[in-house]
Amino acid sequence: MSQYIIRRLLQMIPTLIGISIIVFAISQMVPGDYITATQNPNMTAERAEQLRSLYGLDKPPVQQYFIWAKNMLVGNLGDSFQHKMPVTEVINTYVWNSFIIAFVTLILSWTIAALVGVFSAQFQYSFFDKVVTLLVFLLMSLPSFFIGLLAIKYFALDMKLFPTAGMTTAGLNASGFDYIKDVAKHMILPVAVMTTLQIGGLTRYFRTGMLEVIRQDYIRTARAKGLKERTVIFKHAFRNALLPAITLLGFELPGLFGGAMILERVFAWPGIGQIYLASLNLRDYPLMLGFTMFLAVLTLLGNLISDILYGVADPRIRLK
Amino acid sequence: MEQPGNPTEQLQEQLKIVKAESPWRIAIRRFAKNRLALIGLIILVIMFLLCFIGPLFSPYTLNQTNVGNKNQAPNAQYWLGTDKLGRDIMLRVMLAGRISLTVGLVATAISVVIGAVLGAVAGFYRKYADTIIMRIADIFLALPTLPILITLGAILSDLKIDPGKRIYFLMLIIGLLGWVGLARLVRSQILTLREQEFMQATEALGLRDGRKIFRHLMPNTIPIIIVSATLGVAGAILTESALSFLGLGVVPPTPSWGNMITAANSLIDFRKRPWTWIPPGMCILITVTAINLIGDGLRDALDPKMKSR
Repeated sequence: MSQYIIRRLLQMIPTLIGISIIVFAISQMVPGDYITATQNPNMTAERAEQLRSLYGLDKPPVQQYFIWAKNMLVGNLGDSFQHKMPVTEVINTYVWNSFIIAFVTLILSWTIAALVGVFSAQFQYSFFDKVVTLLVFLLMSLPSFFIGLLAIKYFALDMKLFPTAGMTTAGLNASGFDYIKDVAKHMILPVAVMTTLQIGGLTRYFRTGMLEVIRQDYIRTARAKGLKERTVIFKHAFRNALLPAITLLGFELPGLFGGAMILERVFAWPGIGQIYLASLNLRDYPLMLGFTMFLAVLTLLGNLISDILYGVADPRIRLK
Repeated sequence: MEQPGNPTEQLQEQLKIVKAESPWRIAIRRFAKNRLALIGLIILVIMFLLCFIGPLFSPYTLNQTNVGNKNQAPNAQYWLGTDKLGRDIMLRVMLAGRISLTVGLVATAISVVIGAVLGAVAGFYRKYADTIIMRIADIFLALPTLPILITLGAILSDLKIDPGKRIYFLMLIIGLLGWVGLARLVRSQILTLREQEFMQATEALGLRDGRKIFRHLMPNTIPIIIVSATLGVAGAILTESALSFLGLGVVPPTPSWGNMITAANSLIDFRKRPWTWIPPGMCILITVTAINLIGDGLRDALDPKMKSR
C-alpha cells in the first residue's frame, strides 16, 4: 500500500509540471500587469520600473517561470501584491471561511442524499421516486449564481429571514458565542444553496447504488429469514450501498478547500474563491498562480485518496 | 424512379421484411418509451423554435431603446416587461437564447471532435501515442477549469476583442477545456474494439490506419459520443452562463442568458424588477434540464450498461 501511494505521488510530479507550465503561460498572456492595473495616477515611469524590478516583472518569462517554480518547491508561492503578504498566508487566512460552509454543506448534502436515495430506491417507480427523479434532474441543471440570487431575493430581501450577504453583521463587535451565532445566521443561506446544488448528483448515485444492492440474493435471503424490512434495508442493504459512495469522498477535497468562486461572490462570503476573483481584477499574479496550483494539487490528492478509499471499501480491488 | 415489378426491387422488399431491427431502431423505440426524455425533447424543440424563429415575429428590434417605456413590468404590450433602457425583455431573452444555445453547441462540437480523435488515436496506436495523449489528458483533468476559464475570459476583455468576435473565442476556450472525459471513454472502447474479429478482417484487407479508425472503429463508439455530447451541451451552457454572469463570457451589447442576469447586480433591478433577470435564468434552468433529460434517455436507449451514475 505505501509503495502504491509513493508511486502515485511520484506520478503527480510530471502532471503538476505540465499544469504549472500551462497556468504560467496563460497568465503571461494577460496584457498589463499589477503596476498598470492599480492605475495609480501618481505613478511615474521610473517608479513603475523600480516596482517592476522589485517584483521581478521585468525579467524574461522563462526566467520568471523558473524562479516561481523553484520557490514553489520550497513552499514559497511568493508575495501577493495586493495583500502585501505571502500567498500561502493569504490562502491560509481565507481558506477556512470557505471550508466551514463547504464542510457543513458536505455533511448536509450527504445525509439528505443518502436518505432520499435509499427511500427512492426502496420504493422504485412509486410517486415519491418519480418526483425525486425529476427533482434530481432539475437540481443538476441549476445555474449556481441564479439560484443564489433567487434565494437572496426571496428569503433575505423580501422575507427578511436571513442576512443578505457577508459573513458577519457590519459594525457588530461580537465575540465568543454571539460571534458564532452571527456567523451561523449568515451561513444558512449559502449553505442551503450549495447543498441544493450538490444534492442532485449524490441522490442519484445513492439511488443507483441501492437499486443494485437490493436486487442481490443475500437481500432476498434476509427477507426470507423474516427480518423486518427496516433491518433489511438499513442493516443489510444500506451499508453495502454506501461503500461505493466512499470513493466519492476523495473528489470532495478540492471543493472543501477550493472555495465556491461564483457563489462566494454572490453571497459576498469572504472565502478564498472570492479573494481569487478579486485578485484577477488587480492582476495579482502570485496569488492567481498560487491559488490555481493549490487547487490542482488538491484535485490530484483527491483523486489519490479516492483510489485508496476504493481499495479500502472493496478488498477485492488490489491497488497496483 | 420507382419501377414496380422490377424483380430485384421485389426481392429487396422481401429482404427488408426479414431483416432484423437495426440497433438504431431499437434505440429509437427505447427512447420513445422514456416519457421524461420525450418531455425533455419537446421542451428543447420549443426552446429552439422560440429562440431562432420567435424574434422574427417580434415588433421590436434588438437594440431599439425607448426611454419613454423603460422599466415597465410585464404587460400586454411587453410580455416580459422592459429594462432600464426600454428594451423589450422578451426579444432579448430569445436572442440571448440563440447565442447561449449556439455557444453551447459549438463548444461541445469542438470538444467532441478533439476528444473523439485523440481518444481513438490513443486507443488504436497504444504505446507512445497513448502515453503522451493520456498524460496530456491527466494534466487537463487536474487543471482547475473555472479559474482557467475566468483568467482566459479576463484576457479576452483586456485584449479588447470585439464583442461580436468574442463569442468565437469563447466557444473555442470552452471547447478546448472539455474534451478529456470523452477522450478517455472513446479510448477505452477502442482498446476493446480493436481486438475483435472484424478488425482482423480490416487487417486482412490491408486497409490504411485512417480508414480503420474512422470507418470501422469510430462508428462503434458513436453511442457514447452522442450521450457524452448531449450532456456536454448542458454543461457548456452552464459554463457560458456563469462566465457571462461574471462579465467574462459573452459581453454586452451581445445578449446571452448569463449576461442578462447581471441586471441583478443593480440593487433596484434585483429587488423591484425581477422580470429583468429571472426570465433568462429560468430559460437556462429549463433548457439545461431538458438537455439532461434527453441525455439520460439516450444513455438508457443506446447503452443500458453505461448507466453507472
